[in-house]
Amino acid sequence: MRSLSYAQAIREAHAQLLANDPRVFVIGQGLWSPWYAGTSLQEIEKEFGRNRVLDSPVSENATAGVAVGAAIAGMRPILFHPRMDFMLLAVDPIVNQAANWSYMFGGQVGVPVVIRSVINRGGEQGAQHSQAVHAFFMHVPGLKVVMPSTPYDAKGLLIAAVNDGNPVMYIDDRWLYAEVGEVPEEMYSVPIGQAAIRREGRDVTVVSTSYMTKQASKAAEILAERGVDSELIDLRSIKPWDAEVVLASVRKTGRLVVADGAWRTCGVAAEIAATVAGEALHHLRAPISRVTLPDTPAPTSRALEHTYYPDAQAIVTCVEKLLVE
Amino acid sequence: MYGTMVRIRRFEERAGELVEAGEIKTPCHLYIGQEGVAVGVSAALAREDYVWGGHRSHGHYLAKGGGLRAMMAELFGKATGCSMGRGGSMHLVAPEVGIFGTVPLVAGTIPLAVGSALASKLRGDQRVAVSFFGDGATDEGHFHESMNLAALYQLPVIFVCENNFYSSHMHLLEHRAEDNIHKLGEAHGMPAVRLDGNDVIAVYRATVDAVNRARNRGGPMLLECRTYRWRGHVGSAWDLDVGVKRKDELKDWLPKDPIARVRVSLVEDGMQQEEFDRIEQGIRSELEEAVAFARESPYPDESELLDHVFHSGKGCQ
Repeated sequence: MRSLSYAQAIREAHAQLLANDPRVFVIGQGLWSPWYAGTSLQEIEKEFGRNRVLDSPVSENATAGVAVGAAIAGMRPILFHPRMDFMLLAVDPIVNQAANWSYMFGGQVGVPVVIRSVINRGGEQGAQHSQAVHAFFMHVPGLKVVMPSTPYDAKGLLIAAVNDGNPVMYIDDRWLYAEVGEVPEEMYSVPIGQAAIRREGRDVTVVSTSYMTKQASKAAEILAERGVDSELIDLRSIKPWDAEVVLASVRKTGRLVVADGAWRTCGVAAEIAATVAGEALHHLRAPISRVTLPDTPAPTSRALEHTYYPDAQAIVTCVEKLLVE
Repeated sequence: MYGTMVRIRRFEERAGELVEAGEIKTPCHLYIGQEGVAVGVSAALAREDYVWGGHRSHGHYLAKGGGLRAMMAELFGKATGCSMGRGGSMHLVAPEVGIFGTVPLVAGTIPLAVGSALASKLRGDQRVAVSFFGDGATDEGHFHESMNLAALYQLPVIFVCENNFYSSHMHLLEHRAEDNIHKLGEAHGMPAVRLDGNDVIAVYRATVDAVNRARNRGGPMLLECRTYRWRGHVGSAWDLDVGVKRKDELKDWLPKDPIARVRVSLVEDGMQQEEFDRIEQGIRSELEEAVAFARESPYPDESELLDHVFHSGKGCQ
């Protein structure tokens, strides 16, 4: 099978969706800029025209509202925020409006909008150009939240999101854009809410999101050399998340580490830990452990950044600590 | 248009009584005094045109053709309500007449209206969108961002500001530095007019012009309709407690009643008392039938609490 980068896979999904469904359009910041969202939308406006690929003013709030309104009116917009930080200016249309809309009207009106945002950190960008706030949106009924970690899922989850018929937050990660993997040429969907078991093992379950899946894979290699057999679960969707697969794995291994590249308090890892404690406590042979960011804004200096972002070694340390419990 | 205005007035008066009686619990923001705006605008629209509203939207809903019985049942929190008991007074819906949702977050539906106009432009159809909002909404960033986007993309949307001189309890000049809402059109690249919102014919004519412009790809327009909210921000009370100034204002505004003004001209045109009475009687019996329907309807079943968080069907057209 042919290989594509994560960024190319995102671009291909957009192109196929635009080509196949006249209701699809893309709106957001930077779509005509020479950077093309880290090449993930490389020259897409040249292929589909500026009517269907709209580079918006710096009006996150209205742009999000426009996408939501167009979706209610029967279109299939993909709204783009080049950084999650900027999306915080658009919380009203996303949370108050899109998320509640179906419920408020007894399911009579759907909001088939995809809200794509990018975790874009590092490089001494600091606190307002680095945030990963996916857990905020996981909290809200009425939103689905997906976070692909591979090129295959980057394409398949975007197609699933556009066809879902509900507001879906699609969150990708610039630190994954150069990852290369097999991607089918045809259109396909990756089911929302289904985790992927990336490696089977018997000693410990490591559940990860997005970029931390890459770190978890590296950690598993290091641990395997030391005789520790890890089972890796890539959540892919954090709302709804695949509790069945996670619980089955924990019942087998008896140990759980959750790795998520966001703040610790009320994060994805906290939710999973709470569910596992509630459903499978008696299968646990060690306390549940979390690998997350500290509850601190992102620093700029490279010396601090290096410590701030957890890596494979942090997961290894965590697992080894559990094994001696 | 006269009959529709009276129908809204009587609905609101009845809703106010039912709020006082404790039968209706959902917060009701009554539209009494402003009927000329909703009715004048809606008379210039086609059934499939989009209308977006806010917390004070009973009038918009009825003027555009939403079902009266379904709204009354919604105010009672019943399963037969237009939003199936999930919306109450502040979340009304009637997709069959272009109302895909009114919601109370101030200015929240302004960008949504622009989005529906963008959908219309991308599809190449003839639908226009109307966004109803109050003077308070012009203080929100949503409003300014949306005006700019609509003008930039030349979208078929009509911004209808119902300047009723009150943002909740605050007079216009307590929340805006100047009484100049119509000037915001020019600032955002679109024409605007300031209108007497209590003159239903003037509102209708201005909307016809704006709709023609929008349907012919002429872009958006702002209409500032000056009117007055007779009752309090929420509930049935006359809200005189907010001060003497308001009491004096109300004295000036009551004679400008949009319904009484049309009635005068209808009488001049020779309309007989029996005809006015017939309209009133028809509305009275429709209302009492709707109240009976709402009272008798079942509440949503507890087993359905978790339903509808996600939409199972396809997006509405």
